[in-house]
Amino acid sequence: MATRTVIPFGPQHPVLPEPVHLKLELEDEKVVGVTPIIGYIHRGIEKAGELNTFRQNVHITDRICGICSFIHTQTYCQGVEALMNVEVPPRTRFLRVFWSELSRTHSHLLWLGLLCDALGFESMFMQIWRAREIIQDLSEMTTGHRVIQATSVVGGVRRDIDKEMAKEVDRRLVALKEMLDSTATPTLLHDPTVKRRAVGKGVLSKEQAEILGAVGPTSRGSGVPKDMRQTGYAAFKEVGFEPVVETAGDSYARTLVRAREVYQSIELMRKALSMMPEGEILVRVDGYPEGETVSRCEQPRGEVIYYIKGNGTNHLERLKIRTPTFANIPTYLVMLPGCEMADVPIITLSIDPCIACTER
Amino acid sequence: MWMFSTIVKNLFSRPATRRYPFKDIREPLSGYRGKINFDGTKCDLCGDCARICPADAIEVSLENRQIQYNPFKCIYCGTCVETCLPRAISQDKYYAKPAAVKEAETISVPA
Repeated sequence: MATRTVIPFGPQHPVLPEPVHLKLELEDEKVVGVTPIIGYIHRGIEKAGELNTFRQNVHITDRICGICSFIHTQTYCQGVEALMNVEVPPRTRFLRVFWSELSRTHSHLLWLGLLCDALGFESMFMQIWRAREIIQDLSEMTTGHRVIQATSVVGGVRRDIDKEMAKEVDRRLVALKEMLDSTATPTLLHDPTVKRRAVGKGVLSKEQAEILGAVGPTSRGSGVPKDMRQTGYAAFKEVGFEPVVETAGDSYARTLVRAREVYQSIELMRKALSMMPEGEILVRVDGYPEGETVSRCEQPRGEVIYYIKGNGTNHLERLKIRTPTFANIPTYLVMLPGCEMADVPIITLSIDPCIACTER
Repeated sequence: MWMFSTIVKNLFSRPATRRYPFKDIREPLSGYRGKINFDGTKCDLCGDCARICPADAIEVSLENRQIQYNPFKCIYCGTCVETCLPRAISQDKYYAKPAAVKEAETISVPA
């Protein structure tokens, strides 16, 4: 029997710029055990959420994650609106769908690029990030910023998309789709080198995904048809939504789920803009939140849960955030043992870990 | 094989990036949340902006008739611009320039 070696993987890593530490136990080249350790970038956002007023919190939840910032504010705002019995105007709900799908497309393209980078496929990484630039420009055009959207507030949204802008957005989305169709998608689908690095690596079965409580593309890649958008929050009910599911459960299946979701999100964005009714985008909100609620939305990485407790003052009593990566980290314990050391980066990346989100 | 047409195209096309310090960046799109400007002549010192600011970057002093604005604390969310009733605050589409010293700006409000 080979001797066991413990190798620290991270917190400074070759695969992601975020500090997740994996204590890998190896027998020769084979991983036999893993202990994920997090807690390097705790920022105390939940505590800050109690110290700021509930309206200011919108801007701190914006900064929990730099990739899906809009969905964080949307979840927070929906929670506070539910506490205060505020009904947002229909146009707002469609705009929220648009921006949340914009965040999702951005996140998935970023991740697909990073995956290609981890595979050593630099040129593909550049191609995908070039396509992502269209999304960044759309974000700048519609919200005023490339990363931090800051458009959702309690009671509605702050910016509107007029007809002319909607036409331009639609034109650019079609261009994005063509760009992906020409290079990225066929390469991801058919390239033998991509397949050899990803197919059959880090298999997570459907039962294990359910037991470990995996969420988002990680669980959908294992055949669990679970997506918060099915609950029809915002305007997903009107726009219509079917979750993307793959059954293989390996890293490649998770890649395919995300690649297909990019296309789905583009369609959802175009649909939301075309179906958007005329009207107000913001309602006046008076009073303070009281009572407790749980608000759930689908982030690019899975389901995010906000627990909000108000006590009838301008400040919240408790703000608790459960991010999707936190639910997905336990799947490492199943996916990593048994794999080769060289496959660890790909498998680690395949759940799309966002440690900054997780540690808040 | 699937990348072949892209590779050929890339060989003959200009770089997708811009040579930033030597050439200017592209014009920001309209509505970009950039630098915050205060117009002291329009301000009525109500202090709404200071109360709403999520980053605590604005201080309004009624006695000295002054607004202290710290661009290094500011998160450029633009909430103050929307809150200001006399429209004394506006937002440029150009980003705020970096500086060597992190200093707050003082805007005096004429009586």
